[in-house]
Amino acid sequence: MSIHNWEASQPIISINDVHKSFGALEVLKGVSLDVMKGEVICVIGPSGSGKSTLIRCINALNDIDSGSIKVEGREVNDPDLDKLALRKKVGMVFQQYNLFPHKTALENIMMAPVKVLKQPKDEVEKRARTLIKRVNLEGKEDGYPGELSGGQQQRVAIARSLAMNPDVMLFDEVTAALDPETVKEVLVAIKNLAQDGMTCILVTHEMGFAREIADHIYFTDRGVIVEHGPPSSFFTDAKDPRTKEFLSQIL
Amino acid sequence: MRLSLTSIPGVGAISDRATTDLPVLKPYAADYAGKPGDLLFSRWVAGISPWAMLIVFVIVLAWPAIGMAQSKYTSVHALEALWRWLPFLMSKGFTLNVLISFLTMSIGTVVGVMLGLGQISPLKAISKPSWFITQLFRNSPWLVLLFIVMLAFPFEIQIGDRIIPIPDWIKAVVGLSLPIMANISEIVRGGIQSVPTGQWEAANSLAYTRQQTLWQIILPQCFKRMIPPWMNWYAILTMATPLVSLLGVEEIVTLSRQAMESEDNHPELLAPFYGFALCVFFVYCYPIARLTLALERRYVVKQ
Repeated sequence: MSIHNWEASQPIISINDVHKSFGALEVLKGVSLDVMKGEVICVIGPSGSGKSTLIRCINALNDIDSGSIKVEGREVNDPDLDKLALRKKVGMVFQQYNLFPHKTALENIMMAPVKVLKQPKDEVEKRARTLIKRVNLEGKEDGYPGELSGGQQQRVAIARSLAMNPDVMLFDEVTAALDPETVKEVLVAIKNLAQDGMTCILVTHEMGFAREIADHIYFTDRGVIVEHGPPSSFFTDAKDPRTKEFLSQIL
Repeated sequence: MRLSLTSIPGVGAISDRATTDLPVLKPYAADYAGKPGDLLFSRWVAGISPWAMLIVFVIVLAWPAIGMAQSKYTSVHALEALWRWLPFLMSKGFTLNVLISFLTMSIGTVVGVMLGLGQISPLKAISKPSWFITQLFRNSPWLVLLFIVMLAFPFEIQIGDRIIPIPDWIKAVVGLSLPIMANISEIVRGGIQSVPTGQWEAANSLAYTRQQTLWQIILPQCFKRMIPPWMNWYAILTMATPLVSLLGVEEIVTLSRQAMESEDNHPELLAPFYGFALCVFFVYCYPIARLTLALERRYVVKQ
């Protein structure tokens, strides 16, 4: 790997004037934001406002047309980017869980560290079992994804991502596909993670949750960040009419 | 706040077998590779009742006995002739059909899997030719392919000063392998593409390479789904092996014809000999078709 002159005092993720189009549809029209290490960022906004696209660009699942995304000083918008090295640092959890259905919960968690990071199996298994405890899934180690509830699957997905020891976690509407009664258990898992100091970027529709755990909230609409601020002021004195309208509909 | 679904007009009580008098879009069971029509052949064969087959056979045998009772040579003689030839037809004839089907399926599977993986390659230089070859051989008449291979291939090859003859049946295997390969290629492509893209994304986000994702995540998930269509093609292939009799390969149909010639070509011989060949193929393919459908049901439910 090349040398990155990045220090922990600088933003761990620095997004600058990012543009991204799918064909004729421009979904990101110059988005900029910085995330410091240990910060929890929530991105909210109406459907189709580009928030999911934005965080999918951070681990290069989508590439961007112009602008700059730096993760720990490493430029993501670079044709020579080592995507694998980037993705070892940035974990991601999806709306649809995307667990590997042919593997048990424990195997799902252990696979990537063993096969990708080539870590010793017994060491990984120990870590995986600790992670299972951490997301309150003891006893479900040998269950296949099809045998678990949505909330349980999503917690396995969180543990699977954490097993790679990432520096940043991305959450893409992770509770949107869940039954209402299982949303809470997933949010608790994320909250514990945030309290342990993990840098988290969440795209979410859970306003109450965002208010509770976010250090900073960004509101996106039609490809731009309309407004942002700490939760204490964001929800009470939103300035922009679009933010106000969105909040009035959702709160 | 929860809405009770029972309040929707037309929808009955919610249970495992909820019923409605409204038109309902049934869940589309496309969990195995490819289109539902892919197993059409197995469905058809498995749908034939073995008893119906038996009755057909008996009628076919009895027909000449009724129609040509005046002739000196009766169907009893014809049956005796069949009985004499039967061990030969099976050991030399049908065995070659099975051998051809095995070899063709092996070659077709190996090359077809490579073509199928080629079709999903991100490199256009690989995916385009793979797609073209697949479409070309999938949509060509089998007999035309057989004739081309028969005429285009040399009947012997020379390595150093040794001359190795290539028997006709080997060329027939090559000819039949082409359409089988193309159809296996489609099964593989369809199987891989039936896995949701979320699986690729999840693997990508965990720093898997494309190759690792394909072999460790995607293929283990769709492998089972590819088995029923693969077996379906095996049954189709086996039924198609008599095509090679047109090229003089001495399989069961060719040998039946030769046997009838040596029995002085009595018309009474036709029904027993060809009827026998028909039944042999049915007896061989029927269990395969049943197994194919059983596996398909099992994998669809299990997913």
